[in-house]
Amino acid sequence: MVQRRRLLDFLPHLILLIGVAVVAFPVYVAFIASTWDAATISNGSMPLRPGPHFAENYYRTIFIGTSSSTREPVGTMMLNSLIMALTIAIGKIAISLISAFAVVYFRFPFRMTAFWIIFVTLMLPVEVRIFPTYKIVADLKLLDTFAGLTIPLIASATATLLFRQFFMTVPDELVEASKIDGAGPMKFFVDTLLPLSITSVAAMFVIQFIYGWNQYLWPLLITTKDNMQTIVIAIKKMIVTQDALTEWQLAMATAILAMLPPVFVVVVMQRLFVKGLVETEK
Amino acid sequence: MEKRVVFNGRLLPYLLLAPQLVITLVFFYWPAGQAVLQSFLVQDAFGLSTEFVWFENYQVLFSKPEYYKSMVTTAIFSSLVAFFSLSIALLLAVQADRHIKFAAGYKTLLIWPYAVAPAVAGVLWLFMFQPSLGLVSQAIRVAGFEWNPLLRQDHAMTLVVMSATWKQISYNFLFFLAGLQAIPKSVIEAAAIDGARPARRFWTIIFPLLSPTTFFLLVVNVVYVFFDTFGIIDAATQGGPAKGTETMVYKVYSDGRSGGDLGGSAAQSVVLMVIVIALTAIQFRYVERKVQY
Repeated sequence: MVQRRRLLDFLPHLILLIGVAVVAFPVYVAFIASTWDAATISNGSMPLRPGPHFAENYYRTIFIGTSSSTREPVGTMMLNSLIMALTIAIGKIAISLISAFAVVYFRFPFRMTAFWIIFVTLMLPVEVRIFPTYKIVADLKLLDTFAGLTIPLIASATATLLFRQFFMTVPDELVEASKIDGAGPMKFFVDTLLPLSITSVAAMFVIQFIYGWNQYLWPLLITTKDNMQTIVIAIKKMIVTQDALTEWQLAMATAILAMLPPVFVVVVMQRLFVKGLVETEK
Repeated sequence: MEKRVVFNGRLLPYLLLAPQLVITLVFFYWPAGQAVLQSFLVQDAFGLSTEFVWFENYQVLFSKPEYYKSMVTTAIFSSLVAFFSLSIALLLAVQADRHIKFAAGYKTLLIWPYAVAPAVAGVLWLFMFQPSLGLVSQAIRVAGFEWNPLLRQDHAMTLVVMSATWKQISYNFLFFLAGLQAIPKSVIEAAAIDGARPARRFWTIIFPLLSPTTFFLLVVNVVYVFFDTFGIIDAATQGGPAKGTETMVYKVYSDGRSGGDLGGSAAQSVVLMVIVIALTAIQFRYVERKVQY
């Protein structure tokens, strides 16, 4: 760049390598723990290299589950988490696309009122209205259902704002051309607007999938049955405060399994992830 | 900004808006309204009658030392996480911004913790710092330091700050890197020609030019600590020991779960709503100047 100095070339690598190592260390430790047996971990003599119980621990975690705390196999929970994350991501994108389409491409009474009603929800994260929302879900008999788990998290202003902003940049000539061709609004939406929005939709999907997969407080309240648990809330239940009872090797295998899908999405779709992150914050 | 060309339709736009509006009204406005209403009511012990009491619930809330304690805890927690995650991320972003080899690789290796669930992050750090069997806590003990986050409040706070910082570095790193790459190279070259050394170039040119990014990230980080660290606290310390890591959001949860005082719990929710609205307003005022909606 500006000047070349040997030390200055070496130092950034050193600092970044230390950074990468510190960031990766907790996950490395968790992985190592998931390959040893309970006794080695609980007497505090776990070495920093992989142990011989990898297959056994992961098999037990995924297909059998821990003995005392969560009961269900983690495979079931991963499936629950996957259903929850996909429903939240797809649901959010679907309802936001059509509401943004309505706000941008139509003129009707109370258009801006509707927009503001949606906009204000940016300011009400689920944590601050947690018990009243819980009560409504309970009154609607939606406890322990996927509907109760996902629908209250589907509505959010972020995606609507993002799609509205994107639709604003779509040239008016495309609408005119569609109209000349005799296409109605829904045909324009499906044939012209959706194909143009595909990158924005994909970026949004990456962010919302992570958001949905990582939900904690809401599933904790809404699920009471063992077979409705998600993997993220199960990990915490596996950590028994009196640590003699905690099966750390299974808890850490569960932690690794809980991290894999969202981390995989971020690493593989890095470009979309960065785009989504930057856009949702505007 | 408005579209010139629009479609005609009387019913269609309402149908398109209906799903989002219905969900928003049922699951956002209704519960938020309930919380506000309930914060002005007192129920008797059997839930048979309710009485409108104006601001009594708030007066009671603000007369409790525990509530101030949770505010102080939240303030300490937010400032520590914001300070450490911002400075570490800035240090790393400055290194990655130099035109070195593998810059893209480092970026990939640094951003993935964003995807780790807060509760999982809490468990990972808890495991390393578990007093009896944790790898790091054993090393600390060998060094002659008595470490126990289950008994000592400051140790528990250190633990949650570390996990929250670990998770937030990736986010701050990405935004700092983008901010750094937006600074024109000619400005830095000019300073170099004038003889300014790297450290001086950083503090007199790069850091001031980054200040919008830093300010934006500061607000985002505070919001993050307020609302998204619930999982970390619940997994690592459950707000303990002796409520030493109980933030305001965690207190709403633990008070509400133990039941009883509906009005007081609702008043806490309303105070939090006011704080979020204030933070969001600050964020938008700032962002508005840069981005045109």
